[in-house]
Amino acid sequence: MTGKTLTRMDLSEAVFREVGLSRNESAGLVERVLELMSDSLVDGEQVKISSFGTFSVRSKTARVGRNPKTGEEAPIPPRRVLTFRPSHLMKDRVAAGNKG
Amino acid sequence: MIRSELIQKLADENPSLTLREVEMIVSAIFEEIIGALSRGDRVELRGFGAFSVKKRDARIGRNPRTGESVQVEEKHVPFFKAGKLLRDRLNGLEGS
Repeated sequence: MTGKTLTRMDLSEAVFREVGLSRNESAGLVERVLELMSDSLVDGEQVKISSFGTFSVRSKTARVGRNPKTGEEAPIPPRRVLTFRPSHLMKDRVAAGNKG
Repeated sequence: MIRSELIQKLADENPSLTLREVEMIVSAIFEEIIGALSRGDRVELRGFGAFSVKKRDARIGRNPRTGESVQVEEKHVPFFKAGKLLRDRLNGLEGS
């Protein structure tokens, strides 16, 4: 466990290593992948990336919440939330890599 | 949208790249994320969200069919939290 945090830059670098594109073009493609996925989710579509996982949008109904600090009641309006379900392959690799 | 549709859209937008190259690019991105999590690293993509690893403690599980107790070992699972921008966009708060 190295405890690092990777960013867009690291993903661009991975793309840059993979094909003969410039660093700028690589960064642009990473951005576009994230945009296309986001747009699809905002449209209410599921995004299913085989061997990675599935992003889905779920609708939550309104409920009465509570401010945990003050104990005050506050209405929570209906909203859409995003969930991610990792693929078996991803779960297995993450479990194996972090073992022991 | 599924993986192949994402690849097709990117290919349409980048006529200088072959479909095979776009496939390699998309694979490289997702592979980098899985590789990072396997090492116990986080991946933070501002506006989109963050991938991290969560530890699940060992517990006594139960075989739902036989009711038998089984020891489930500690394990690590991938976790994703959507970024604020994406959460806001999902709820129609565009451009905030």
